[in-house]
Amino acid sequence: MNLNRVQHSVSSGMVALIGLWVCWVSFTQQPSEAFLFPRMISTVFVLLALWTFAKAVLGWSKVGTGIYAKHFTNMLPGLLIALIYVFWAAKGLGFYTSTSMAFFILLSLYDPASHTEIRTWVKRLIITAVFMVVMYGLFAKLLKVYTPREIFF
Amino acid sequence: MEFIYYFGNVFQPMSFLLLLVGTIGGLILGATPGLSPTMAVALLIPFTFHLEAAQGLILLGAAYTSTVAGGAVSAILLKIPGAPANIATTLDGHTMAKKGKGARALQLSFLASAVGGVFGVLLLIFLTPVLAKWALAFGPSHLFWLAIIGVTIIGSLDSASVVKGLLSGCIGLWLATIGFDDIMGAQRFIFHPALGGGINIIAALIGLFAIPQVLSMFAEGRKDANVEVIEVEKSSLANAIRELFSHTRALSIGTVTGSVIGLIPGVGGQIAGLVAYDQSRKFSPEREKFGTGHSEGVIAAESANNAMVGPSLVPLLTLSIPGSPTAAVLLGGLLIHGIFPGTDLFDNHPDVAWTFINSMLIGQILMCMFGLYIAGLAARVAQVPKSIMAAIVLGLAVFGSYSVQSSMGDVYVMATLGIMMYFLERFGFSAAPLVLGLILGPIAEANFIQGSMIANATDGMGAYFLGGNMNIFLIAIVVASIGYSVGMELRERTRNSTGGEAS
Repeated sequence: MNLNRVQHSVSSGMVALIGLWVCWVSFTQQPSEAFLFPRMISTVFVLLALWTFAKAVLGWSKVGTGIYAKHFTNMLPGLLIALIYVFWAAKGLGFYTSTSMAFFILLSLYDPASHTEIRTWVKRLIITAVFMVVMYGLFAKLLKVYTPREIFF
Repeated sequence: MEFIYYFGNVFQPMSFLLLLVGTIGGLILGATPGLSPTMAVALLIPFTFHLEAAQGLILLGAAYTSTVAGGAVSAILLKIPGAPANIATTLDGHTMAKKGKGARALQLSFLASAVGGVFGVLLLIFLTPVLAKWALAFGPSHLFWLAIIGVTIIGSLDSASVVKGLLSGCIGLWLATIGFDDIMGAQRFIFHPALGGGINIIAALIGLFAIPQVLSMFAEGRKDANVEVIEVEKSSLANAIRELFSHTRALSIGTVTGSVIGLIPGVGGQIAGLVAYDQSRKFSPEREKFGTGHSEGVIAAESANNAMVGPSLVPLLTLSIPGSPTAAVLLGGLLIHGIFPGTDLFDNHPDVAWTFINSMLIGQILMCMFGLYIAGLAARVAQVPKSIMAAIVLGLAVFGSYSVQSSMGDVYVMATLGIMMYFLERFGFSAAPLVLGLILGPIAEANFIQGSMIANATDGMGAYFLGGNMNIFLIAIVVASIGYSVGMELRERTRNSTGGEAS
């Protein structure tokens, strides 16, 4: 079984598991009137999901490129930073502090410019500062959205 | 001619300012490869939440119109289509630019976009009230089938795999049922406290359209934009106008093709541009010049992709079926103001409906005027490294999803759905039918429940939902759209396997 076939099987298998769970919940929970529509759609959901899974296992899934190792390793640091930012730092440190940090780190990680020149670091700091000023102007001043503010700001 | 009464609303200072902001911002966003019109409109929705309904829609409509046209800038000057709708423009547009006719290609592109766009909006103006009145005759069973049509058409036509497209639609329909049931008050699929109120549509839209693009940019790694911008020379606008109208065949084919394709739900601007380009080449006496920097190619492609914008809103504003993913996002923009498309929109909120539609007409002209002047700037923006773009979009997505209800739960939902969609897209699933399912799910369920009550008191479920000419007609559309897509997929597979054997 090649890697692409394994990837398709795993992904469609996970979708099929979710479908089976949705179907099980829909048909076992009460009151039945509240689950009438979910029962209908979950039946179609499970049938399509199992069909997709069977196609993937048999190697008939042709649509979708899958995940290349190089792309995944490129993406992983950014994904981890984004996860920490969204699920912990935004609430824990406050939106403006955490956004400044996440923005600067992501910019530094993925910026093609040199990492050994002071000039490029100064440029990144300036871009981060400008972005934060724009975000503050848009959300705090224009839309008057009070975002969580913990340490510093 | 009701629309004429509401023209003045577009020129109120705040409305006109938003129209300008949406147009100029849309042109720049459209020119930026990697930022799709749908994502641009989704990121703008939180800003419309604090505006009046008409003003919010003006901003979204202007952004929609000009992102489609702005995509031509990078297609012509960088050979990178700003959006899928601009793929056909690169074929002749970039070659023209390489031959030193970049300014002429841009002028023709914006002028043709404006002609096509105005025609498309006029079609929207004249078709919408007729269809909205027709929709008055629809009962719950018809509205249920219409919602299902919305999901199945996009699921089957907009996806590379019919089964995965329909499965994406089912996932969207399921996500729409999360939360408390409206009638019985029962909890459904609430596996996290943040989901008690159901999935917020705006947070979901931002996550599903913006986060996969952020992750795709990360996946490319430390990559320079590495594109060469072709400098544009000075070129007479009067000569460009003369040249545009000397190619009326290409202009007409593009405009009509785009308008017709726009009316069909699920068939986007990419198809409109490519079909118009192909048809113009077939009917042109100079067909051998296509692909070598021929202005007819640019005119046909650009008039078509903007002509589809107006008609793509006809099924949305009359029957609640978004004709395209961007129209689905616009539906989200309507729903957050408590406005439902169809008769409710035209009977109870005619000022909102007509101010929005009129603004799209004015927006087409503004897009043409500003497009010609800021094309150079937009091309420079397109050179911004993707690292900056990804960080900006992520920041906007977090702030935008939080700002709708000041809820961290919405931010978590946005991020979770976005990450899930990125991986699903890698395996051939599509965001558009999932979004359609999420948006149309409550409409489908409400009408299904209402229809069930009527059915139980009358002839039973089978007769109520499956009987009657209109129900049969609507079911036939569902079956035909799936059947057509399955047929096309099988044909494509046979062709590929035959080609594979031959080679």
